[in-house]
Amino acid sequence: MSVAENLNTQEAETILSINNIEVIYNHVILVLKGVSLTVPKGGIVAILGANGAGKTTTLRAVSNLLHGERGEVTKGNIVFNGDEIQSLTPNELVRRGCIQVMEGRHCFGHLTIEENLMTGAYTRKDGAGAIKDHLDLVYQYFPRLKERRKSQAGYTSGGEQQMCAIGRALMSKPSMILLDEPSMGLAPQLVEEIFEIVHDLNEQEGVSFLLAEQNTNIALKYATYGYILESGRVVMDGEAKDLRENEDVKEFYLGVGGEGRKSFKDVKHYRRRKRWLA
Amino acid sequence: MELLNQIFIEPFQTMYALPDLLLQTLWEGFVAGTLYSLIALGFVLIFKASGVFNFAQGIMVVFAALVLVGVHALGVNAYLAVLITLGVMALLAMTVVRVVLKPLVNQPDIILFMATIGLTYILIAGGQLVFGGEPKAMITEELGLPTGSSDWEVGGGIVIFQHIDIAAAVIAVILIAGLAIFFNKTRVGRALRAVADDHQAALSVGISLEYIWMVVWFAAGVVALTAGIMWAAKSDVSFALQVVALKALPVLVLGGFTSIPGAIIGGLIIGLGEKVFELYWGSTILGGGTEAWFAFIIALLFLLYRPEGLFGEKLIERI
Repeated sequence: MSVAENLNTQEAETILSINNIEVIYNHVILVLKGVSLTVPKGGIVAILGANGAGKTTTLRAVSNLLHGERGEVTKGNIVFNGDEIQSLTPNELVRRGCIQVMEGRHCFGHLTIEENLMTGAYTRKDGAGAIKDHLDLVYQYFPRLKERRKSQAGYTSGGEQQMCAIGRALMSKPSMILLDEPSMGLAPQLVEEIFEIVHDLNEQEGVSFLLAEQNTNIALKYATYGYILESGRVVMDGEAKDLRENEDVKEFYLGVGGEGRKSFKDVKHYRRRKRWLA
Repeated sequence: MELLNQIFIEPFQTMYALPDLLLQTLWEGFVAGTLYSLIALGFVLIFKASGVFNFAQGIMVVFAALVLVGVHALGVNAYLAVLITLGVMALLAMTVVRVVLKPLVNQPDIILFMATIGLTYILIAGGQLVFGGEPKAMITEELGLPTGSSDWEVGGGIVIFQHIDIAAAVIAVILIAGLAIFFNKTRVGRALRAVADDHQAALSVGISLEYIWMVVWFAAGVVALTAGIMWAAKSDVSFALQVVALKALPVLVLGGFTSIPGAIIGGLIIGLGEKVFELYWGSTILGGGTEAWFAFIIALLFLLYRPEGLFGEKLIERI
């Protein structure tokens, strides 16, 4: 097998596949109605969609943090690195290399930045030396965190907290990070900076990313593939560059294209009709 | 006029005239305070890590002491009996987390609180069933704890230091220092603080809540055993001890439910305060018996004017 072919088959390998899952909260509220998606090894895949479309729920279903919110996966299965993972605890999942960075950052406010990062290494068993080296590596990616390592996380800025949350996840030596809404509440410049780091981590450390974003523009700029979720269903998916060019996506999610101004009422109507036709 | 005199002048004259009495009272208050601190510490540990207000903490103190004395009565060496008691407390921690807390996870706080009240009665009944309800003497000498006392002459009088009180204070300080190191320097201690801050996020980085809860319940059990030994050495092992444990509530209100230094300082303030108030004000103006309610009045005042306590965790807010 030639090197090129080898590369090709590796690219085709999937690290995560979600097969037709249904998620119900509180035993009655059906949130995901059969969502399927795959993440190739070393890829950045974006889940896009409006508020309440089910992006966060999808990520939580993978990381098994649903139980904390009284939700459960009732149908379908989720396969990570060849194993079904629905019944694993988050602890076991982090050990296997899949970790979630939650929406709204969720740093440990009363712990210092460095302590926050060290909690990420909680599940690791490969010794203090290796963890220390890894900490230095994380500081290389996030030099800002090194400057603020002694500050309580609760007193750092939103951008620093987001970096702290990603850095903390990195400390577990993951092969896949589920990144929920990294751009939330951040200045555009910071969003760009964070996505650049995500890009670097993906290229240099080989970490795969599944990210949920409302900021369609930036997500499609950095992702390789995208899924668009609407009311708990995947309504469209494709290569990121194709989605960027797609007229509907442009109109509804990027806020450009279409002819003239449209009132939101019409947009909704159009969307509804579109789904009926599909 | 007479009343003002009794409140503002006489007590201080007495303090000045009889410094040995003042020192004796302060010392006794300090010792009582360290024990209140220990009991309150057990509450804080569990409350911080799992948000459960553990009503059973008081009875855990009695239960631990009861197991220790009961095991020793079977003819087991005193130190071995301590180890066995620690084992029982670990088992209790595991059972409570697995059987009571885990099925109730994500339920409203009040339900968890009710569950700990249930636990209280199970421990009382279980303790009585196995070891009997009559008061027992603590095995102070067998544990190598000092008895007897030393006198210290001050200003024409003497202050008596019971050796067991000195030992209690020293052990309490060691235990608290040990816990502080555990919390700040170890991997599990850091995880514990992480859980206290944000349990969702702790879950997301792979910290097992179940394990952390077991650790804190066990730590609370160790604290309970220590408090039980010290307190029972001064009186008896009996279920009446749990009333003393209720004093931990005002300590918590004073110190703040989430603060470990708060529990310690709150305990000392209540311990010192109630002894000093009883001697210099309570017995002269109110006819005595103030020790029983002094702490609760202080707690009430705090609830009115400073509900987060002296050291309660303020929410960190960025500006």
